[in-house]
Amino acid sequence: MKVILNGEETEVPVGQSVSDLLDTLSIRTKGIAVELNLEIVPRAEYAACLLSDGDHLEIVTLVGGG
Amino acid sequence: MSAADDPHTTSKNSVIEMTKTVTTETVLDTPLTLGSHTFASRLIVGTGKYATFELMQECLAASEAEVITVAVRRERLVDSDGRNILDFIDLERFTILPNTAGCFAADEAVRVARLGREILTNLENPGADWVKLEVLGDTRTLLPDPVATLDATKQLVADGFQVLCYTTDDPITAKRLKDAGATSVMPAGSPIGSGQGILNPNNLRICLEYLKEDDADYPVIIDAGVGTASDVSAAMELGCDGVLLNTGIAGAKVALTMAHAMKLACRAGRYAYLAGRIPKKLYATASSPERGVVTPRGPN
Repeated sequence: MKVILNGEETEVPVGQSVSDLLDTLSIRTKGIAVELNLEIVPRAEYAACLLSDGDHLEIVTLVGGG
Repeated sequence: MSAADDPHTTSKNSVIEMTKTVTTETVLDTPLTLGSHTFASRLIVGTGKYATFELMQECLAASEAEVITVAVRRERLVDSDGRNILDFIDLERFTILPNTAGCFAADEAVRVARLGREILTNLENPGADWVKLEVLGDTRTLLPDPVATLDATKQLVADGFQVLCYTTDDPITAKRLKDAGATSVMPAGSPIGSGQGILNPNNLRICLEYLKEDDADYPVIIDAGVGTASDVSAAMELGCDGVLLNTGIAGAKVALTMAHAMKLACRAGRYAYLAGRIPKKLYATASSPERGVVTPRGPN
Protein backbone atom coordinates (compact mmCIF):
# COMPACT_ATOMS: atom_id res chain seq x y z
CA MET A 1 0.00 0.00 0.00
CA LYS A 2 1.03 3.59 -0.39
CA VAL A 3 1.16 6.40 2.17
CA ILE A 4 2.19 10.02 1.71
CA LEU A 5 5.17 10.36 4.03
CA ASN A 6 6.50 13.91 4.48
CA GLY A 7 4.98 14.82 1.14
CA GLU A 8 6.44 11.83 -0.75
CA GLU A 9 4.46 8.81 -1.93
CA THR A 10 5.98 5.85 -0.12
CA GLU A 11 5.31 2.09 -0.42
CA VAL A 12 4.80 0.39 2.94
CA PRO A 13 3.74 -3.17 3.82
CA VAL A 14 0.09 -3.73 4.72
CA GLY A 15 -0.47 -3.81 8.49
CA GLN A 16 2.54 -1.63 9.26
CA SER A 17 2.39 0.40 12.47
CA VAL A 18 3.98 3.78 13.09
CA SER A 19 6.61 1.98 15.21
CA ASP A 20 7.39 -0.45 12.36
CA LEU A 21 7.80 2.43 9.93
CA LEU A 22 10.13 4.34 12.27
CA ASP A 23 12.22 1.17 12.69
CA THR A 24 12.36 0.59 8.93
CA LEU A 25 13.51 4.17 8.38
CA SER A 26 15.97 4.00 11.32
CA ILE A 27 14.38 7.07 12.90
CA ARG A 28 14.86 7.26 16.64
CA THR A 29 11.82 8.33 18.60
CA LYS A 30 13.73 10.94 20.64
CA GLY A 31 12.94 14.44 19.45
CA ILE A 32 10.26 13.66 16.90
CA ALA A 33 6.52 14.10 16.53
CA VAL A 34 4.27 12.06 14.27
CA GLU A 35 1.13 13.40 12.68
CA LEU A 36 -1.31 11.08 10.90
CA ASN A 37 -3.95 12.74 8.71
CA LEU A 38 -3.49 16.02 10.63
CA GLU A 39 -3.89 14.38 14.05
CA ILE A 40 -0.88 14.01 16.33
CA VAL A 41 -0.08 10.41 17.29
CA PRO A 42 1.13 10.33 20.93
CA ARG A 43 4.38 8.41 21.37
CA ALA A 44 2.70 5.78 23.54
CA GLU A 45 0.46 4.88 20.59
CA TYR A 46 3.14 4.37 17.91
CA ALA A 47 3.00 0.58 18.20
CA ALA A 48 -0.77 0.34 18.17
CA CYS A 49 -1.32 2.89 15.40
CA LEU A 50 -1.67 1.00 12.12
CA LEU A 51 -1.28 2.71 8.78
CA SER A 52 -3.84 2.53 5.99
CA ASP A 53 -3.52 3.00 2.26
CA GLY A 54 -3.51 6.70 1.34
CA ASP A 55 -2.66 7.94 4.84
CA HIS A 56 -0.90 11.27 5.09
CA LEU A 57 1.94 10.99 7.55
CA GLU A 58 4.32 13.67 8.80
CA ILE A 59 7.40 12.92 10.87
CA VAL A 60 8.97 16.10 12.19
CA THR A 61 11.91 17.01 14.38
CA LEU A 62 13.65 20.10 15.70
CA VAL A 63 16.22 22.03 13.68
CA GLY A 64 18.13 25.25 14.24
CA GLY A 65 15.93 28.33 14.02
CA GLY A 66 15.43 31.86 15.26
CA MET B 1 46.83 42.30 7.62
CA SER B 2 48.35 39.81 10.04
CA ALA B 3 46.20 37.77 12.39
CA ALA B 4 47.48 39.86 15.30
CA ASP B 5 46.22 43.09 13.71
CA ASP B 6 42.82 41.72 12.76
CA PRO B 7 40.30 42.96 15.33
CA HIS B 8 38.06 40.00 14.45
CA THR B 9 40.65 37.53 15.71
CA THR B 10 40.25 37.13 19.43
CA SER B 11 41.88 34.49 21.54
CA LYS B 12 39.57 32.38 23.67
CA ASN B 13 41.50 33.39 26.77
CA SER B 14 40.72 37.06 26.48
CA VAL B 15 37.03 36.29 26.02
CA ILE B 16 36.99 34.24 29.19
CA GLU B 17 38.75 36.99 31.19
CA MET B 18 36.18 39.48 29.96
CA THR B 19 33.37 37.29 31.29
CA LYS B 20 34.79 36.92 34.78
CA THR B 21 34.70 40.64 35.45
CA VAL B 22 30.95 41.04 34.95
CA THR B 23 29.20 37.92 36.22
CA THR B 24 29.13 39.22 39.80
CA GLU B 25 26.90 42.13 38.74
CA THR B 26 23.79 40.04 38.07
CA VAL B 27 22.52 40.83 41.58
CA LEU B 28 21.44 44.26 40.31
CA ASP B 29 18.47 42.97 38.36
CA THR B 30 15.19 41.15 38.92
CA PRO B 31 14.38 37.96 36.97
CA LEU B 32 12.54 37.95 33.65
CA THR B 33 9.10 36.40 33.99
CA LEU B 34 7.40 35.07 30.87
CA GLY B 35 4.10 33.49 31.86
CA SER B 36 4.94 30.57 34.14
CA HIS B 37 8.65 30.74 33.29
CA THR B 38 11.30 32.75 35.14
CA PHE B 39 14.86 33.42 33.98
CA ALA B 40 17.91 35.33 35.16
CA SER B 41 19.01 36.08 31.58
CA ARG B 42 17.08 38.55 29.45
CA LEU B 43 18.68 37.40 26.22
CA ILE B 44 16.94 34.74 24.15
CA VAL B 45 18.99 33.31 21.30
CA GLY B 46 18.21 31.31 18.20
CA THR B 47 19.97 28.16 17.06
CA GLY B 48 19.85 28.68 13.29
CA LYS B 49 22.48 29.50 10.70
CA TYR B 50 25.56 28.38 12.63
CA ALA B 51 28.40 26.97 10.56
CA THR B 52 28.58 23.92 12.84
CA PHE B 53 26.64 22.50 15.77
CA GLU B 54 29.82 22.76 17.84
CA LEU B 55 30.04 26.51 17.23
CA MET B 56 26.35 26.88 18.07
CA GLN B 57 26.93 25.03 21.33
CA GLU B 58 29.80 27.34 22.29
CA CYS B 59 27.83 30.47 21.38
CA LEU B 60 24.76 29.37 23.33
CA ALA B 61 26.95 28.87 26.39
CA ALA B 62 28.74 32.21 25.91
CA SER B 63 25.46 34.10 25.54
CA GLU B 64 24.36 32.79 28.96
CA ALA B 65 20.86 32.56 27.52
CA GLU B 66 18.49 30.19 29.26
CA VAL B 67 15.90 30.16 26.50
CA ILE B 68 16.79 29.09 22.98
CA THR B 69 14.55 29.00 19.93
CA VAL B 70 14.29 26.12 17.48
CA ALA B 71 12.24 25.39 14.37
CA VAL B 72 10.07 22.36 13.57
CA ARG B 73 10.83 20.66 10.26
CA ARG B 74 10.26 17.40 8.44
CA GLU B 75 12.63 14.65 9.49
CA ARG B 76 15.16 14.05 6.72
CA LEU B 77 14.38 10.57 5.50
CA VAL B 78 17.34 10.17 3.17
CA ASP B 79 20.96 11.29 3.22
CA SER B 80 20.81 12.06 6.92
CA ASP B 81 24.26 12.29 8.46
CA GLY B 82 22.66 11.11 11.68
CA ARG B 83 23.46 14.31 13.55
CA ASN B 84 20.55 15.99 15.23
CA ILE B 85 20.63 19.41 16.88
CA LEU B 86 19.37 17.76 20.07
CA ASP B 87 22.72 16.00 20.44
CA PHE B 88 24.23 19.46 20.97
CA ILE B 89 21.67 20.98 23.32
CA ASP B 90 21.66 20.39 27.05
CA LEU B 91 17.96 19.88 27.73
CA GLU B 92 18.50 20.23 31.47
CA ARG B 93 20.02 23.67 31.02
CA PHE B 94 17.93 25.26 28.31
CA THR B 95 14.22 25.88 28.04
CA ILE B 96 13.41 25.31 24.39
CA LEU B 97 11.13 27.82 22.67
CA PRO B 98 9.80 26.25 19.46
CA ASN B 99 8.85 28.67 16.71
CA THR B 100 6.38 28.52 13.85
CA ALA B 101 8.82 29.99 11.35
CA GLY B 102 7.89 29.43 7.74
CA CYS B 103 4.13 29.60 8.37
CA PHE B 104 2.09 32.00 6.28
CA ALA B 105 -1.40 31.16 7.58
CA ALA B 106 -2.93 30.90 11.04
CA ASP B 107 -3.90 27.23 10.63
CA GLU B 108 -0.37 26.28 9.52
CA ALA B 109 1.10 28.00 12.56
CA VAL B 110 -1.33 26.29 14.94
CA ARG B 111 -0.47 22.93 13.39
CA VAL B 112 3.29 23.51 13.70
CA ALA B 113 2.90 24.79 17.29
CA ARG B 114 1.14 21.55 18.25
CA LEU B 115 3.88 19.46 16.61
CA GLY B 116 6.50 21.44 18.52
CA ARG B 117 4.60 20.90 21.75
CA GLU B 118 4.45 17.16 21.07
CA ILE B 119 8.23 16.98 20.51
CA LEU B 120 9.02 18.95 23.67
CA THR B 121 6.51 16.94 25.71
CA ASN B 122 8.31 13.77 24.64
CA LEU B 123 11.64 15.37 25.57
CA GLU B 124 10.19 16.42 28.95
CA ASN B 125 11.44 19.95 28.39
CA PRO B 126 9.66 22.83 30.17
CA GLY B 127 9.25 24.54 26.78
CA ALA B 128 6.37 22.17 25.96
CA ASP B 129 3.81 24.72 27.13
CA TRP B 130 4.76 27.68 24.97
CA VAL B 131 5.47 28.80 21.42
CA LYS B 132 7.10 31.65 19.56
CA LEU B 133 4.32 32.45 17.12
CA GLU B 134 5.37 33.68 13.70
CA VAL B 135 2.79 34.04 10.96
CA LEU B 136 4.44 35.80 8.08
CA GLY B 137 2.92 37.95 5.37
CA ASP B 138 5.31 37.27 2.51
CA THR B 139 8.71 35.80 1.74
CA ARG B 140 10.42 39.02 0.66
CA THR B 141 9.91 41.02 3.84
CA LEU B 142 9.20 38.16 6.27
CA LEU B 143 7.07 40.74 8.05
CA PRO B 144 4.31 39.39 10.26
CA ASP B 145 0.76 39.12 8.98
CA PRO B 146 -1.04 40.91 11.82
CA VAL B 147 -4.51 39.56 11.03
CA ALA B 148 -3.35 35.93 10.80
CA THR B 149 -1.12 36.37 13.87
CA LEU B 150 -4.09 37.58 15.91
CA ASP B 151 -6.23 34.69 14.67
CA ALA B 152 -3.51 32.13 15.50
CA THR B 153 -2.93 33.70 18.92
CA LYS B 154 -6.60 33.25 19.82
CA GLN B 155 -6.57 29.61 18.69
CA LEU B 156 -3.36 28.77 20.53
CA VAL B 157 -4.39 30.52 23.75
CA ALA B 158 -7.66 28.54 23.65
CA ASP B 159 -5.57 25.39 23.24
CA GLY B 160 -3.59 26.14 26.42
CA PHE B 161 -0.41 27.55 24.91
CA GLN B 162 1.57 30.42 26.37
CA VAL B 163 1.99 32.45 23.20
CA LEU B 164 4.98 34.70 22.59
CA CYS B 165 3.92 36.75 19.58
CA TYR B 166 6.29 37.98 16.93
CA THR B 167 4.72 41.12 15.48
CA THR B 168 5.49 44.49 13.92
CA ASP B 169 6.24 47.54 16.05
CA ASP B 170 2.67 48.79 15.54
CA PRO B 171 1.26 49.69 18.97
CA ILE B 172 -2.37 48.93 18.06
CA THR B 173 -1.54 45.44 16.83
CA ALA B 174 0.59 44.90 19.92
CA LYS B 175 -2.34 45.83 22.16
CA ARG B 176 -4.73 43.56 20.25
CA LEU B 177 -2.36 40.64 20.68
CA LYS B 178 -2.06 41.25 24.40
CA ASP B 179 -5.85 41.50 24.68
CA ALA B 180 -6.11 38.17 22.83
CA GLY B 181 -4.11 36.58 25.63
CA ALA B 182 -0.52 36.62 24.35
CA THR B 183 1.93 35.90 27.18
CA SER B 184 4.41 38.31 25.63
CA VAL B 185 4.30 40.62 22.63
CA MET B 186 7.54 40.61 20.67
CA PRO B 187 7.80 43.51 18.21
CA ALA B 188 10.44 43.40 15.49
CA GLY B 189 13.18 46.03 15.71
CA SER B 190 13.51 45.67 11.92
CA PRO B 191 12.96 42.81 9.42
CA ILE B 192 14.22 39.32 10.38
CA GLY B 193 17.93 38.87 9.72
CA SER B 194 18.27 42.41 8.32
CA GLY B 195 20.64 43.68 11.00
CA GLN B 196 19.07 47.13 10.75
CA GLY B 197 18.60 47.39 14.51
CA ILE B 198 15.79 49.37 16.13
CA LEU B 199 14.25 51.34 13.26
CA ASN B 200 11.42 53.03 15.11
CA PRO B 201 12.18 53.59 18.79
CA ASN B 202 9.19 55.91 19.06
CA ASN B 203 6.78 53.16 18.07
CA LEU B 204 8.43 50.87 20.57
CA ARG B 205 8.01 53.49 23.27
CA ILE B 206 4.30 53.60 22.53
CA CYS B 207 4.14 49.79 22.45
CA LEU B 208 5.78 49.70 25.88
CA GLU B 209 3.46 52.36 27.24
CA TYR B 210 0.31 50.66 25.93
CA LEU B 211 1.30 47.14 26.91
CA LYS B 212 2.46 48.07 30.38
CA GLU B 213 -0.02 50.79 31.37
CA ASP B 214 -2.23 48.52 33.48
CA ASP B 215 0.38 45.87 34.01
CA ALA B 216 3.94 47.13 34.52
CA ASP B 217 5.33 43.59 34.52
CA TYR B 218 3.85 42.60 31.15
CA PRO B 219 6.88 41.33 29.21
CA VAL B 220 7.83 42.96 25.91
CA ILE B 221 10.67 41.35 23.97
CA ILE B 222 12.39 42.79 20.93
CA ASP B 223 12.50 40.05 18.35
CA ALA B 224 14.31 40.37 15.02
CA GLY B 225 16.55 42.80 13.23
CA VAL B 226 19.27 43.14 15.85
CA GLY B 227 22.64 43.54 14.11
CA THR B 228 25.11 44.31 16.84
CA ALA B 229 25.57 44.94 20.55
CA SER B 230 24.39 48.56 20.55
CA ASP B 231 21.06 47.48 19.03
CA VAL B 232 20.50 45.16 21.99
CA SER B 233 21.44 47.90 24.46
CA ALA B 234 19.17 50.38 22.67
CA ALA B 235 16.21 48.01 22.99
CA MET B 236 16.89 47.37 26.66
CA GLU B 237 17.42 51.07 27.41
CA LEU B 238 13.94 51.76 26.05
CA GLY B 239 12.56 49.49 28.75
CA CYS B 240 12.06 46.27 26.82
CA ASP B 241 12.20 43.21 29.05
CA GLY B 242 14.41 41.16 26.79
CA VAL B 243 15.83 40.67 23.33
CA LEU B 244 15.53 37.67 21.04
CA LEU B 245 18.17 37.36 18.33
CA ASN B 246 19.84 34.79 16.14
CA THR B 247 21.59 36.06 13.00
CA GLY B 248 23.36 38.85 14.88
CA ILE B 249 25.48 36.21 16.59
CA ALA B 250 25.42 33.34 14.09
CA GLY B 251 26.31 35.60 11.17
CA ALA B 252 29.11 37.58 12.87
CA LYS B 253 32.68 37.07 11.66
CA VAL B 254 33.61 35.68 15.06
CA ALA B 255 30.31 34.39 16.36
CA LEU B 256 31.63 33.38 19.77
CA THR B 257 32.94 36.87 20.53
CA MET B 258 29.65 38.37 19.37
CA ALA B 259 27.79 36.02 21.71
CA HIS B 260 29.72 37.57 24.60
CA ALA B 261 29.10 41.06 23.22
CA MET B 262 25.33 40.48 23.00
CA LYS B 263 25.20 39.11 26.53
CA LEU B 264 27.05 42.14 27.91
CA ALA B 265 25.02 44.58 25.82
CA CYS B 266 21.77 43.12 27.11
CA ARG B 267 22.95 43.52 30.68
CA ALA B 268 24.38 47.01 30.04
CA GLY B 269 21.18 48.25 28.44
CA ARG B 270 19.07 46.79 31.21
CA TYR B 271 21.19 48.37 33.94
CA ALA B 272 21.08 51.70 32.15
CA TYR B 273 17.30 51.47 31.96
CA LEU B 274 17.03 50.60 35.66
CA ALA B 275 19.47 53.37 36.57
CA GLY B 276 17.50 55.99 34.61
CA ARG B 277 19.40 58.00 32.06
CA ILE B 278 20.00 61.75 32.29
CA PRO B 279 17.79 63.90 30.07
CA LYS B 280 19.22 65.02 26.74
CA LYS B 281 19.98 68.75 26.66
CA LEU B 282 20.99 70.98 23.79
CA TYR B 283 23.81 72.79 25.61
CA ALA B 284 26.74 71.65 27.67
CA THR B 285 26.89 71.37 31.46
CA ALA B 286 30.39 71.29 32.96
CA SER B 287 31.29 68.30 35.11
CA SER B 288 34.17 70.11 36.83
CA PRO B 289 33.55 73.03 39.24
CA GLU B 290 33.27 76.42 37.58
CA ARG B 291 34.71 78.18 40.63
CA GLY B 292 38.44 78.32 41.29
CA VAL B 293 39.52 78.02 37.65
CA VAL B 294 43.19 79.15 37.37
CA THR B 295 42.58 81.27 34.28
CA PRO B 296 39.00 82.54 34.66
CA ARG B 297 37.00 83.32 31.53
CA GLY B 298 34.27 85.87 31.34
CA PRO B 299 30.79 84.94 30.12
CA ASN B 300 30.70 84.96 26.30
